[in-house]
Amino acid sequence: MARTKITVAVTGLNNIDSPGPGIPVIRGIKESEEFDARIIGLAYEHLEPGIYMSELVDKTYMIPYPSKGKEALYDRLMEIHKKENIDVIIPNFDAELFSFIKLENQLNKVGIKTFLPTLEQFEERHKSNLPAYGKKYGVDIPQGTEVFSIADLNNALKSMEYPVMVKGKYYDAYKAYSEEQAIAYFHKMSAKWGLPVILQEFIDGTEVNVIALGDGKGNLTAAVPMRKQYITDKGKAWGGITIEDQSLLDLAHKIVSQSKWRGGMELELIRSANGKLYILEINPRIPAWVYLAVGAGQNIPEALIKLALGNDVKPYTRYDVGKMFIRYSYDMIVDIDRFSTLATSGEL
Amino acid sequence: MKIKENIAISETGFVFNPTTGDSFTLNETGRKVIALINEGKTIEQTAKVLKETFDVDDTTLERYLFDFIYDLRINKLLEE
Repeated sequence: MARTKITVAVTGLNNIDSPGPGIPVIRGIKESEEFDARIIGLAYEHLEPGIYMSELVDKTYMIPYPSKGKEALYDRLMEIHKKENIDVIIPNFDAELFSFIKLENQLNKVGIKTFLPTLEQFEERHKSNLPAYGKKYGVDIPQGTEVFSIADLNNALKSMEYPVMVKGKYYDAYKAYSEEQAIAYFHKMSAKWGLPVILQEFIDGTEVNVIALGDGKGNLTAAVPMRKQYITDKGKAWGGITIEDQSLLDLAHKIVSQSKWRGGMELELIRSANGKLYILEINPRIPAWVYLAVGAGQNIPEALIKLALGNDVKPYTRYDVGKMFIRYSYDMIVDIDRFSTLATSGEL
Repeated sequence: MKIKENIAISETGFVFNPTTGDSFTLNETGRKVIALINEGKTIEQTAKVLKETFDVDDTTLERYLFDFIYDLRINKLLEE
């Protein structure tokens, strides 16, 4: 069967020690048996490694930071669209999703498809809203509160036991064993990600994650659970293995069907010593370990593109248990000409 | 006492629990104990066979065997 030619733009090319999902998403697309994709990278920083991976990324354009607003993003996307005729955009950063969700209709009008959660879905699973989310959907969430100041923090700590988790609004989490540590992490998180900072009960147990794809109608199109085997000092999985745990799939199914989740999702979970499952975070996008799901038999990036294009997608019903991913770092040698072309023209 | 059905154990002594993602390696004695458990032997019967196979006193055998069974249990490898 001839593969359909398609142009897909992807963000998250920062394949660094805390990697964005862009490159593994692209690897999934490149392995598609249905699409012959031209890949357009959308980058924020000149040194995002994916920009220089010409075997995976056909062309890269710089785009404005989310802080510049959605109008600036739209204008830049239209410049790129004129040259590249983009069919689908897959945004991969939490911080940019708000703008892309807001632009969804405008992009759709010019023929660019996305497949993103609704604004309501995006907002209600924010770390700071998780306790309410837990109540609404009947899932267990560690006790937590959002804090806006040191006074808030001290107040909240009075009713908590150490250690506590101090989390940034978008990324990062630290375990604090004392008030002094909690204050230091509060400053670190607020400086990096803004307010509020999230204070959460620490649950001792085993970290497990589920990657899921919802079709927006309540169907779970794909889901693969993974246990982290090697965790970096930034809390990122550097190795992981697919596991067979029906309770994890049931939970993914429950959340996707009840919320009618649309798009990629990652559930970050912890199973306590007594076997209870807690949701630590719900990430509203495909996670960086998505290529493990592809390797285990569920090509989630391909399925997401099909959903974005309005094609029928048969839900995946199986995956290989015991497939592992082992991440590695790799030095590319790049001529300064390429860097300077990108820096001066905004494209490469 | 029974090893859970979904636990994968290779001939070389590699054990994989697909539910938790945990993996372990067994030495020759561990492989022997697992084989005896899989034959349906009780702890006492297992101890008896081990006593006949290895040059070991009762106290040492009991201590190591119970430790091993405890490890199987806490790592959720045993059908409870």
